[in-house]
Amino acid sequence: MSDVHQPLVKVDGLEKYFWENDSLLDRLLGEDPIAVRAVDGVSFDIREGETLGLVGESGCGKSTTGETLLRLQEPTGGAVEFEGNNVYDLEGKDLTAFRREAQVVFQDPFSSLDPRMTIGRIVQQPLDVHEVGSKAERRERVRDLLERVGLAAEHADRYPHEFSGGQRQRIGIARALALEPEFIVLDEPTSALDVSVQAQVLNLLDDLQADFGLTYLLISHDLSVIRHVCDRVAVMYLGEIVEIGPSEEIFGEPKHPYTKALLESVPRASTDERDRERETISGDVPSPRDPPSGCRFRTRCPEVIPPDDLEIDQSEYRAIMTLRQRVEQRAISLETVGDEDRRVDDDGEFVVENVDAFVADVKAQILETTLPPREDEAVTEALAPLAEENWDTAAERLEERYGSVCERANPDLGGGTHPAACHLVSAPGDSRSDG
Amino acid sequence: MSNVTDILRIDGLKTRFFTDNGQVNAVEDLDVRIEDGEVFGIVGESGSGKSVMALSIIDLIERPGRITDGEIWFRAPDIADELVETDAVDGDYVDLRAMSPEQRGLLRGSRFSMIFQDPMSSFNPSITVGEQIAEAVEAQRRARSNPRSLDAKSQHYGLTDYLLGGVLSSKRYVSEPSLDRAIELLELVGIPDPAERAEEYPHEYSGGMLQRAMIAQALAGEPDVLIADEPTTALDVTIQAQVLDLLAELQTETGMTILLITHNLGVVARMCDRVGVMYAGEIVERGTLGDVFDNPVHPYTQGLLGSIPDLQGVAERLQPIEGNVPSLLDHEMPDRCYFADRCPKAMEECLEHPPELAVNDRGQHATRCYLAETEYTAAKALPTDYFGATEAPAEADTAPEEPTATDGGDHQ
Ligand SMILES: Nc1ncnc2c1ncn2[C@@H]1O[C@H](COP(=O)(O)OP(=O)(O)O)[C@@H](O)[C@H]1O
Ligand code: SF4
Ligand code: SF4
Ligand SMILES: [Mg+2]
Repeated sequence: MSDVHQPLVKVDGLEKYFWENDSLLDRLLGEDPIAVRAVDGVSFDIREGETLGLVGESGCGKSTTGETLLRLQEPTGGAVEFEGNNVYDLEGKDLTAFRREAQVVFQDPFSSLDPRMTIGRIVQQPLDVHEVGSKAERRERVRDLLERVGLAAEHADRYPHEFSGGQRQRIGIARALALEPEFIVLDEPTSALDVSVQAQVLNLLDDLQADFGLTYLLISHDLSVIRHVCDRVAVMYLGEIVEIGPSEEIFGEPKHPYTKALLESVPRASTDERDRERETISGDVPSPRDPPSGCRFRTRCPEVIPPDDLEIDQSEYRAIMTLRQRVEQRAISLETVGDEDRRVDDDGEFVVENVDAFVADVKAQILETTLPPREDEAVTEALAPLAEENWDTAAERLEERYGSVCERANPDLGGGTHPAACHLVSAPGDSRSDG
Repeated sequence: MSNVTDILRIDGLKTRFFTDNGQVNAVEDLDVRIEDGEVFGIVGESGSGKSVMALSIIDLIERPGRITDGEIWFRAPDIADELVETDAVDGDYVDLRAMSPEQRGLLRGSRFSMIFQDPMSSFNPSITVGEQIAEAVEAQRRARSNPRSLDAKSQHYGLTDYLLGGVLSSKRYVSEPSLDRAIELLELVGIPDPAERAEEYPHEYSGGMLQRAMIAQALAGEPDVLIADEPTTALDVTIQAQVLDLLAELQTETGMTILLITHNLGVVARMCDRVGVMYAGEIVERGTLGDVFDNPVHPYTQGLLGSIPDLQGVAERLQPIEGNVPSLLDHEMPDRCYFADRCPKAMEECLEHPPELAVNDRGQHATRCYLAETEYTAAKALPTDYFGATEAPAEADTAPEEPTATDGGDHQ
């Protein structure tokens, strides 16, 4: 089995950072550049003839991964091998050959086609650039390609605006096929299309793969599309791959809490959807400018791991961890907590008169659950310094009692056919420490 | 007749856009009844007229568009009392189209509110979120404190408000109680640290948080009907789940009616009691969720359900609907079933435009398709090439590229 499916693409520790505050002016002003870690060390293989899906929410780094591995962007670190050669070392003839073998289809069929060119010229352009065949042969090939993607050869003389979204996506596919590539990155190829048209395009992509033995990397935020099309799936969160494995396993037995949450969140188009109990995860995706320490999903993870010696319900622990974040980010408006227990003194300083009542109000406002007496007492004590606006002490006290392995160490993805980067999954000691 | 009360009855609504390319029939002879306190889903692909229908209800159709025909009856006994003895009243119902624009304007916010796909475009970028919500609170307070809310004085207020809103909005004064109420509303929609967040500007919010803030703003006037146009389309699935839960919770708490417009059949299944499927400006099938999802009659509904890939599913081949979305240009809309050129079951009778036909005698399930009454037989079928080749360049694109009032099919 594994012999037949040699990896066509091998991605190893790929990193792509973008820099903010990096203009000449910023440097003159002595501003430190801020790294936006769009892709932060991802490794995976794409096997010949398969479709690998890359799924995740917007901004998690899917497209940047696709573009960087095609060398449409230069990487910050890591390597990509295509048919055994490092893509970033290629030059001259070899680079040209790679550009022929590896193609891309973008999401937006409205802006990715030059409106002033006929679709014949659009499809023929790669043939011209790579000087494939004679003029007549190129024109003949364009006609074949248009027909192959379900358009008519006569359409070659028309302009993109004369076509619907689905048809324009077919034109983009014809162009990607022109040079008989081995590998195509499909970046949200049907996201701008209506479902009925999406189905046409997905079927077409399926046929083309069978006919030409193509290998696909399909980038999508739509889990149903991924499920339908992909042999294997990689799930991304905040620049990292958190789980990768065969499609049936990812959808049937997801291991990573994020994968589980994603799958749970998708509303099913069936009449029993209303009664389906599902747990939604709270909060937003944190910024890739300042990702959380340890496991990046820990700020939202319903399964975040409590310290060994703590006896507490999981949902209560989750509520405390969310409270900790609010304290660490100083995201509680102390002036508006309670009414009677605080006032503003003559100097405009905020003074708490009744600390116990004040802390009770903070808890009532932030904690989503009531805690068992012992933890309630500990949290109350930890929050008391907030009455003096002493955030750091409160944060430290909370960390001391409630600090999780999930915030101290970033779990490794590990190996095997279906690894997941989570301390609950990987054996202890599998983690890389934080830099 | 059933004893549930309708809050909205739309009869024969026609909304058209008079463009350089010709007359666009965006909403065509649309009938629908929305029950008080239900979540009614409108589902359909881009350009089918969902947004235009919504904007027609709250009177936000702008030039070159115009409602050209139809009645929109809204249940409001108090207003009916005031307007009694005019054509605009039928029992507890008032015909919104027969009211003056000023009178209708006053209903916006207090009776009807609307939220959109893109919250960024409905907030002013240079005013804090808290102030903008407080403004909505204030506008509603003033409207409510005026006992004779439909007399000339309040019309005058409406106009000034409108003018000031456009010109001086950043200078407007919002009172302390309104700001407090705004913070309460932000808290109600689940914004953490609402007092702090109220002082932030729209760009400081994430997409999901801003969508919540827009919901807060829409709730300021405690509306009876909330129209939500693709409210979660721009959001990631985990955030979509949060916002849907929020809407469901608010609906249960307040008992308001929600008209939920979406292209996502999963969202409809999660949220809606009843649903209408739109195609080419018409509701082509309507019924309870079970009617439409489990026993669809119209081939378009069947096609729509067949073309979504299944999350659970084995990799069967998808069953797409062949062809393209239709043109809504009047001169390109033949007087036949608008779906006939893509319909796998098109028959001779389909060359005459079908009326809405009941599917059964329970009164909920109806469709604009002859299959409600006739069996399909190959003998009656139109020849396959009757409408010409399907893959001709899309006529759909003769419609304007980016209509301002709508998402123009630009959902992700
Ligand atoms: N401002 C406008 N000017 C011209 N045509 C418009 C305008 N707004 C909408 N339309 C047309 O009305 C039709 C229905 O649009 P819409 O209600 O936005 O559909 P949906 O919401 O179902 O995607 C489309 O053909 C669209 O182009
Ligand atoms: S490592 Fe911890 S926080 Fe991360 S997914 Fe696993 S349990 Fe959740
Ligand atoms: S009326 Fe005829 S053409 Fe139209 S959907 Fe029904 S069967 Fe198809
Ligand atoms: Mg719309």
